[in-house]
Amino acid sequence: MSITEDQARKVAHLARIAVDDAALPALARELNGILHFMEQLNEVDVDGVEPMTGVTPMRLKRRQDVVTAGGMADRILSNAPDTREGFFAVPKVVE
Amino acid sequence: MTDLNRLTIADARDALRKGDTTAADLTEACLTAIDGADALNAFVHHTPDMARDMAAAADARIKAGDATAMTGIPLGIKDVFCVRGVPSQAASRILQGFRPEYESTVTRNLWNAGAVMLGKLNQDEFAMGSANESSCYGPAVNPWKVDDRHLTPGGSSGGSAAAVAADLCLAATGTDTGGSIRQPAAFTGIVGLKPTYGRVSRWGVIAYASSLDQAGPMTKTVRDAAIMLGAMASVDPQDSTSADHPVPDYEAALTGDIRGKRIGVPREYRVDGMPADIDALWRKGADMLRDAGAEIVDISLPHTKYALPAYYVIAPAEASSNLARYDGVRYGRRARLGQGDGITEMYEKTRAEGFGPEVQRRVMIGTYVLSAGFYDAYYNRARKVRALIKRDFDKAFADGIDAILAPTTPSAAFPLGSLDQSDPVQAYLNDVFTVTLNLAGLPGIAVPVGQDAQGLPLGLQLVGRPFEEGDLLNHALVLERAAGFVAKPDRWW
Repeated sequence: MSITEDQARKVAHLARIAVDDAALPALARELNGILHFMEQLNEVDVDGVEPMTGVTPMRLKRRQDVVTAGGMADRILSNAPDTREGFFAVPKVVE
Repeated sequence: MTDLNRLTIADARDALRKGDTTAADLTEACLTAIDGADALNAFVHHTPDMARDMAAAADARIKAGDATAMTGIPLGIKDVFCVRGVPSQAASRILQGFRPEYESTVTRNLWNAGAVMLGKLNQDEFAMGSANESSCYGPAVNPWKVDDRHLTPGGSSGGSAAAVAADLCLAATGTDTGGSIRQPAAFTGIVGLKPTYGRVSRWGVIAYASSLDQAGPMTKTVRDAAIMLGAMASVDPQDSTSADHPVPDYEAALTGDIRGKRIGVPREYRVDGMPADIDALWRKGADMLRDAGAEIVDISLPHTKYALPAYYVIAPAEASSNLARYDGVRYGRRARLGQGDGITEMYEKTRAEGFGPEVQRRVMIGTYVLSAGFYDAYYNRARKVRALIKRDFDKAFADGIDAILAPTTPSAAFPLGSLDQSDPVQAYLNDVFTVTLNLAGLPGIAVPVGQDAQGLPLGLQLVGRPFEEGDLLNHALVLERAAGFVAKPDRWW
């Protein structure tokens, strides 16, 4: 498989990273180099092997479904680039 | 006492208990060393006021007879750990100005034990890199050098390694996703321990690849690694992958007796083009363990060569998901927007100017391998290969192997700027001996064992059974004693 400039543009958009058109050929070349390296994995016989998710066989921990923290909106907003009236502020989303 | 900053944790602890020194004096010695080491670019945020306050509290605690082994020990903290009120940006522009409102579990454990915070340490951006060159602060510099060129301290925990090797602190925290504790430790002649996945809480550690990330100590000696791991590790309800194992006394496991233990030497780690120095060191290390009464066994880990490509599918996939949170809304940097720019432009411009090239590359690769049509071909296949890699280790341990001995890195430290930026795969090859453990979740430790022909430090790596860090550290102690590595870099900075 190899990535065209168009596909590189699509991946950049999916990743929400602005990439200039002029940078697309180099990006496609780099991504292809990495994907080519990954293709070694096709040599491995993985028939009947379950894909691994976590390394430790464990049951996810359970806890009571109750509020354990809260009431600190000011602290949560303290690092935001833009806030208004106790909310995160973003550019207009709905026309 | 002179040169207090050169002490080990164990020696400082003993001196503090005897009243031969104070936490305040230890801390001043480190702060002075840090002030004189700007050329290393290891400390990127300095917290001297916090350090002095914490040292005073530690001295009061020692006087009151309420000290732990870590009380009054001045530490450097990798930038990736959230420390309340202190800039914590994982060496990324996108987290510029971020001051966490909360404390990572690891640092909270260390402060509760009485350790002293000297400042934040340089690293690769979001811990992605093996040369510390992807940092928004510029690279940390290895205190070791052989000519006028600056060498890399390794990565991603390069600032931690440089700071410990140059005696700017007694020890430092690191994190290891594919070798980021062990490779820099090897490049700087110090000890670096990656614990079993789940041993140390990931809560408050800025995430790279959540199924691989693990924090651990970077220290001057194996004993110090044992002491510091004991303080860092905990069972943490705030990390759902934190293992429910009580934390043992790791220092008590250091008996120095490994008679009758079986040490595996994996034949697949003898890769093409391995420098003769490293091959010779590996054989020497096996001889040292044999002389100490262990049995050296040739073993096979057949899927080793597929670890690197599997890692470079899985880690970017997880990273692309973890780093989706940097959107310019809740914290860090937001790009300046043009007239008419909407929320998509805000995301895309913020991430384009906030992430460096290597992070952008990994986020895009991760996005690609998780995208519709490629998920099975890349991501699921890599996860299956990961299962086979773990099975290789499980089998070796089931066959009665107690620890595995391998090189840590395929070379000694190399000059900064020498990696070909247009060929990212070349840089990834640095991780060839280290990533296997992260994929299998196993504990590993890098121990300085010798020097190459130029005088640069070289390390060997020991791999242990899951949650048997005490036993692993004991093997490492034997290797450390036999190697007798005492070389220090000449001060040029």
